[in-house]
Amino acid sequence: MLKILKYSFYDLMRSRWSYVYFVFYLLLGVVLLFLNNNLSKAVITLMNVIIVLVPLIGTIFGVMYYYNSKEFTELLLAQPLKRSSIFLGQYLGVALSLSMSLILGLGIPFVFYGLFRSNDIWDFSLLLITGTFLTFIFTALAFNIALSNENRIKGFGYAILLWLFLAVIYDGLFLMSLILFEDYPLDKLSLFGTMLNPIDLSRTLILLKLDISALLGYTGAVFKKFFGTNFGLIVSIIMLSVWVVLPVLRIVYKSNRKDF
Amino acid sequence: MVTIENLHKKFNKNIVLSGIDLNINEGGIFAVLGPNGSGKTTLIKSILGMVIPNKGKISVLGTNIKHNSAYRSKIDYLPQIANFPNNLKVRELIKMIKDLRGKTDEDVRLIKLFNLEPFLNKKLGNLSGGTKQKVNIVLTFMFDSPLIILDEPTTGLDPISLIELKKLIQNEKAKGKTLLITSHIMSFVEEVSDEIVFILEGEIYFKGTINDLKTKTDQPDFEHAIASILTINNA
Repeated sequence: MLKILKYSFYDLMRSRWSYVYFVFYLLLGVVLLFLNNNLSKAVITLMNVIIVLVPLIGTIFGVMYYYNSKEFTELLLAQPLKRSSIFLGQYLGVALSLSMSLILGLGIPFVFYGLFRSNDIWDFSLLLITGTFLTFIFTALAFNIALSNENRIKGFGYAILLWLFLAVIYDGLFLMSLILFEDYPLDKLSLFGTMLNPIDLSRTLILLKLDISALLGYTGAVFKKFFGTNFGLIVSIIMLSVWVVLPVLRIVYKSNRKDF
Repeated sequence: MVTIENLHKKFNKNIVLSGIDLNINEGGIFAVLGPNGSGKTTLIKSILGMVIPNKGKISVLGTNIKHNSAYRSKIDYLPQIANFPNNLKVRELIKMIKDLRGKTDEDVRLIKLFNLEPFLNKKLGNLSGGTKQKVNIVLTFMFDSPLIILDEPTTGLDPISLIELKKLIQNEKAKGKTLLITSHIMSFVEEVSDEIVFILEGEIYFKGTINDLKTKTDQPDFEHAIASILTINNA
């Protein structure tokens, strides 16, 4: 698996898109710091961008890489390699190179701005950790979609729909259900609903760490009570890990049963 | 060498193989023949584990291939259409496959044999079909495995390379290896193969030597013998 990982990683590192992605984050970091002139404000703005953009890039890159390396995959399948190591190697190659672009691209400007001398280092690390989690989650979901769809156009379509659903539509439905059932106590339900969507989960996790939960009202207090504690943090991290592990297991399961 | 028992495979509702029983003994050249879409490539890919059968058992060199990948180190496979990653250079591809499968020095000789030196630093996406096929052949023959599977090896080759390919095939046979070949070029099959397996609509229609086939169909030459099978069966 490590050899496949190595080749996929180098392959991506040589491709233009990894640099574009890296340079984009670099510029974003520099511009936000320049405009806000304040680390914690820059972190909040960044969160809004990362929460939406990282899943989108992860999904598109994952699907694109799978379809583009189809020939390479077929070549590998005839070699004495396990299927799971071929696909997991490719998956990790994509997810790692994307995470690296994210961490380096954002990390470099913040470190130069004086991150290590400020109190915001934990908030910023949490931002990078959730960003990395989101990359791993959505790349894995993208590989699942690509493995199940031979047709590229369909695969891309489903991938975009999945992103749209989790990033936008889910929130809409969630909000509507809250309005519809407003006569009932909803704090447990909303907590539960947040847990089920990795994007919402990441957003809530960062927001509450940033101590702006006062804006969230009563539900915010419940959330704060939960997410603000170590227990909430651990549960959230476990949930995010489950979101990585389940799609990865399905990659292994699906790839072992697929015809090439 | 290769034993196939009651192999069934369908893609969605399209039945490709329906109950193939085949035993390939060690040593010699076996040609798998059949009309387009008869299941030749599916059969070969099943042996390689790329296609997973719905039913049946395949053993290669005495080991059941189900949930197994190590046995593929005993097989050299030449895929039908050389679809290589386009952004890799020829040199890098050869290095990579060597890294994955183990050391060999045969590649130097084969590269010289097929005059591939000028292309070593070119990207695979920029090569012509015939040159890609030569790279494909180098990748297949540079390892020393007891079973060699060639899917349409002659595609796109010029006459000189074709002669070299035939020599390579005969050399491997002389070493006592087993070769499994599919081809549509009947003269090529007649020239190289010791035994043929004819697949028709997912079943084995005939297995034996070319002479057996000629007597069975009562035709003077091989090409007509094959044609008569196809006309009789309206395939």
